This record gives sequence, C-alpha cells and structure tokens, in this order.
Amino acid sequence: MTVDLTLLLVMGVMFACGIYLLLERSLTRILLGIMLVNNAAVVLLFLASGGVGRAPLYEAGTDPREYSDTLPQALILTAIVIGFATTAFLVAMIYRSWQLMRLDDVAADVEDLKVASQSSWDAEDDSVLTEEPSEFMDDAADPNAEYELATASAPRAVDAAARSRPRHGRPVVRSGSSEEGDRP
Amino acid sequence: MMIGTTPLTDLAPLSVMLPVLGAAVTFALVGRARAQVAVTVTALALTLVLNCLLLADVWTSGVAAVEIGGWAAPVGISLVVDRLSALMLVVSSLITLAVLLYASAQGLVNQDQGGPVSIFHPTFLVLVAGVSNAFLAGDLFNLFVGFEILLTSSYVLLTLGGTEQRIRAGITYVVVSVVSSVIFLIAIAMIYAATGTVNMADLAVKLGELPTDVQMVLHTLLLVGFGIKAAVFPLSFWLPDSYPTAPAPVTAVFAGLLTKVGVYAMIRTETLLFPGEHVNDLLMVSAALTMMVGILGALAQTDLKRILSFILVSHIGYMIFGLALATQVGLTATVYYVGHHITVQTALFLVTGLIEQRAGTANIDRLGSLAKVSPVIGILFLLPALNLGGIPPLSGFFGKVGLLRGGVQDGGPLAYTLVGVSVLASLLTLLVLVRAYTRAFWRKVEDVEHPTPQLVAAYERVTARGKRLKPLAMGLVLPTAGLVAMTLAFTVFAGPLYDLADRAATDMLDRSPYISAVLGPEAAERAAVSLRHDPTEVHDARN
Repeated sequence: MTVDLTLLLVMGVMFACGIYLLLERSLTRILLGIMLVNNAAVVLLFLASGGVGRAPLYEAGTDPREYSDTLPQALILTAIVIGFATTAFLVAMIYRSWQLMRLDDVAADVEDLKVASQSSWDAEDDSVLTEEPSEFMDDAADPNAEYELATASAPRAVDAAARSRPRHGRPVVRSGSSEEGDRP
Repeated sequence: MMIGTTPLTDLAPLSVMLPVLGAAVTFALVGRARAQVAVTVTALALTLVLNCLLLADVWTSGVAAVEIGGWAAPVGISLVVDRLSALMLVVSSLITLAVLLYASAQGLVNQDQGGPVSIFHPTFLVLVAGVSNAFLAGDLFNLFVGFEILLTSSYVLLTLGGTEQRIRAGITYVVVSVVSSVIFLIAIAMIYAATGTVNMADLAVKLGELPTDVQMVLHTLLLVGFGIKAAVFPLSFWLPDSYPTAPAPVTAVFAGLLTKVGVYAMIRTETLLFPGEHVNDLLMVSAALTMMVGILGALAQTDLKRILSFILVSHIGYMIFGLALATQVGLTATVYYVGHHITVQTALFLVTGLIEQRAGTANIDRLGSLAKVSPVIGILFLLPALNLGGIPPLSGFFGKVGLLRGGVQDGGPLAYTLVGVSVLASLLTLLVLVRAYTRAFWRKVEDVEHPTPQLVAAYERVTARGKRLKPLAMGLVLPTAGLVAMTLAFTVFAGPLYDLADRAATDMLDRSPYISAVLGPEAAERAAVSLRHDPTEVHDARN
C-alpha cells in the first residue's frame, strides 16, 4: 500500500498546531484548535484507506485491488458531520459566554476557589475544649461556658476566643477533628 | 423466544429507534408540555419493555447478533445483544424513565422558572437513543456514533437555559469530550489502517495477530479515549467541575449513566479486543488513585452535588479494579457493581434535587433540621447513602465483597494494596455521606450560620402548632422512591443478578460466544488460536 507523503506531513502539522492551540486559554483559539485536530483526524482516516484507486463502481474484469477503499470515506463523511455539529455548538456557546460575561477565556471554577480558600478550622469540630471536672456546674465555673453559649447562636463567633484562651488542664479535642483538622 | 419465524432479538434496533421516533414526535409538539410528557413516557416505557424482553431472551441463550441492512457481518453493521449489554440496557431504561418522570414533574412544579422546557424532552430521548446505541454496538465506529449522539445531546442538556454558570461549566465539558472523541476517532483510523476492519468481533480475531508493539499503541489510544469518558484518574478532572451545575435530574442521569457507558466501552476493550494482561498493572494503579483522589476531594466539599460528583469519580475506581483483575470473580463483581452504582448514584442525585426543592440549596453549610422538616427525604437519602458506603445487607456490600474476593484470589502485592485501598475508600465514603447526613438532617437549624430563608420558613411552619407544611409534589417523590426501591431490589434479587453477572463474565472471558454469534464458529477458533500463540510469531509466519 502506498501513502501520500504530502498528506502525511499536512496531517502532522495540523495535529501539532491543533494541539498547541488547544492548550491556550482563549476560547476562540481552543475552537480553532479543535477544528484543526478534528480535520487532522479525518485526514488520518483518509490515509488509512491506503492508496488512491478507481471509483468503486463494479466493472467486470477489473482487479478488486484497483478500486479505492470506500469504507473510510463513509466514516469520514460521518466524522465531518459530527465535527461540524460540535463546532457549531461550541461557536454558539463561546458567543453566549461573550454575551454574558464579556469573556473569551476559560473561566476559573468559582466553587473550586471557594473550597480551596476555606479555612480548615471548624468551630464545632475543632475547638479545643477543656475537660470539665463535673456535670453540674454553673456558668461561672464552667471552663467551656463561653464556647457553649456562643455555638448556640453563632458557631463561628467562638473561633477567636477558643483559640486565644489559655488552656487549663488537658485539652480534649472533640470527635470528628481527626478527619477534618488536616484539610487543606 | 421467537415471534413467528424471526427471533425476538431481531427487534434490538428498536431500542434505539423508539427513543429517536419519540424525539421526532416531541419536536413536533413543542410548546405543549403535557403532550410531550405523554409521548416521552410512552416511548421510554416501550423501550423498557423491549429491553426487558431482550434480557429475558439472552439470560438463557447467551449472545445474539443482528445484521442491520442485511449485509453479512464484517461488511455490514452489526448490533450485538449479550448478557452484559442487555443488563445495561434494562438498568439504563429503568433509570431514564424514573428521571424523566421526575424532570417532568419538576418542570410542571416550577413553571415560573420558565426555561426552554420544550427542548428538554426531545434532547433527553436522543440521549437515551445514544446510550442504547453505544450498548448495542458491535462495531467500533457505531460505538463512536453512539458516543457522539449521547455526548451531543448531553451538551445541550448541561447548558439548558444558558446561564453564566452553566456556560462556564459547559465549555470545559464540551472541550474535554470533543478531545476524547477525537482520540477515539484517531484510534479507529489507526485500527482500520492496521487491520482493515472496524467490526469488533472481526477485530477480536485480527488484533491478536498484530505485532505486540502495534497492539500496545492501539490499546492505549482506546483506553485513553474511554478513560476520559469514564472519568478514570488522571483523566477525571473535568467531571466535578461540570456535572454539579446542571439541573438535578440532568445531573442524575449524567452521573448514573454517561460515565458507565465509558466503563462499558473499557470492559469491551479489555475483554473482547485486547484480552491478556498487558496493561492490568497500569489499570490497577489508576484504579487505586481514582478511588483515593476522588474520595479525598469529596471530603473537602460542602455542596452536596459536588460531594456526590467526587464520590462518583472515586467509585469508578472500583469498577476499574474488577476489570484490571481480569478474572471470573473480578469481572462478575464489576458487572454487578456497574448496575448497582448506576441506580444508587442516580437515586442520590434525585434526592439532592428534593432537598433543593425543600430548602432552596444543596449546600450542607446552609442546611439543618431537615429530618424534622421532611422525614421522607431523610429516609430516601439515608438508604442509598448507606448502600453506597457498603453497609452489609445492601447491594453495595455484595459488589465490594466480590471485588475484595477477586483481589485476594489474585494474591499479587498490587491486588492486596487495592483491597486495602478499596476498604479505606468505602469507609471514607461512609464518613463523607454520614457527615453530610448528620449536618443537613440532624443539626438544629438555629445552629446554622446562614440558613436559607426557605428552610427557616419551612422549619417554622413545621414547629408551629396547628400549621402544616405543604407536602412535596408526589410527581417528585414517587420516582425517587421508585429508584430507592430499585436499589433495594438489587439487594433482594442479588442471587439471580449475581448469577447473570457471573455468566456474562464467563462469556466475556471466553470470547467465543460473542465472536461466533457475529462471524460464525470458525472465526472464534481463529481468535482462540491467535490468543494462545505469541503474536509476533504469528505475524512473522504470515509474512
């Protein structure tokens, strides 16, 4: 089987440029990259059919090897149609992104940033509490009174107080902290 | 089973055709919501009945092939129904029906939100057709077309309404999916160049006769393409970013089904096209990393939809684990686990949708007292959550025990590591879900920092004497309850289902039933011969 060297080179260049463009942050360039890569794959499919031959219309007495292979051409048509549809959809989406956000870049995921920036400190789980010597104490004697009163209304308000308070006795870390304390 | 003189399995193309026809009719009915719902439900119910008949047929008889257009196998396009694909078809049509009922009810409940509901039904049906086509494809290019059908409709469903957030998530999703499709297309082109066929049964024969290095390139290309679709680490980064922004029913069907189509394609690649142990170690390592990275991601999240998306990634690792073992026990467990996981994951996402309906958010930090506000949601959430964590009487436990047995039987150091990792990952799953449960359901709403006004109003109504909260719409609760019941059915009927999975695994490891159903017994023999010999020798002999 013979392969067209020019087509092979063209395909290689298309793949290289396409992948380079795909790695950009600008949406328009990504779109161009996708189009290039898609068409390069189509050229690859075409190359897979081997050498160029006669039109595949049956003629008595012709060696079957002289016809060109038709299956890759059918596959190419399908691939082109699919590629066209996805490209059209992407163009519409990029335009919508421009309409809504005036943005031609891939936007960062807001939720991701929120999760990354959250503190690993959680008042309910991570407050350092002092062991209470008795179940029956009034608020004046209870070393954790401040925490208990505060969490009832606004749990986060206790954070600063709990961290800065001098520790009496053995600190008891509340259950649950072992899994959560080391969160990034 | 026979209808007149034709076998029932000749009706298999209908499970693609029925949804497509339904889509055409619903397009004509744009603007008439109730008529659209009626047509869609009819189409999906008929598909479900047909798929159940197909499953009943191949349950005993094994594999059946249909030649569409009447051309014989390696030339024409063939659809293949075997036990694995029939099981996938039945599970997928069950959950799509439930999700559709839920989505329609939600559309009717939230009429004020407007949105292009009129295109939801046709697109959803096209998605179902694509999924069916991918499960039935006996042809690599037809599999590609099935993938494209389901992906294109999933682009539309994910960006439904075209809000800022969905467009942002949609762009990531579309670009990543297109890249994976191009990789798949490149693999098809190279496979065709190497073998001159795209028929999977024919490939099973001919790929084994190629030199090992060429096989490796083709194999890796296919696995990378499918790995992106199945969200296997390190190709899973796109999933938690894109899924959670879609409407609840859409996320439910995506999370349940779409990744599993990728897993299904990987199963076919590993068992039918490239049997043997070339990449098993690699698969095991990525399975372990998928499990751990996914579940550690879930630990850091506060939004229930994102937690579930990360858990989804983590649990794909279990399926890859069973696949990487490539033994009877491992594959059986994988088949069972895929079915179980589709149902449980979809059920959990639908329950999350219920929570959003009730409280206006799915962010755990802003939820509280839900057990008091809505005990029904509590039960519907807790059952699948415990199931996913693998608590004994439920189906997740059976799947995991099967995988652990497979791992111990394998006995290698990697397999034992994976056994440990999968136990750890399932414990962490339990931790994540139970923590979410205790916070959202048991914590008092007064303790929540910024509860949503909707939740506070609902809570006050429940606690105030003489007042009753308006109950959730039955159209939303019933499909969800149906799915939860289905997860329990996986437990009750675990015996017969495990038996079916076992037989499916036997067929897949043997390969000859599949190949001889499509190409006849001689081809199956040739495939068996090429597997026994060293491929390089065969190739040299042919030259």
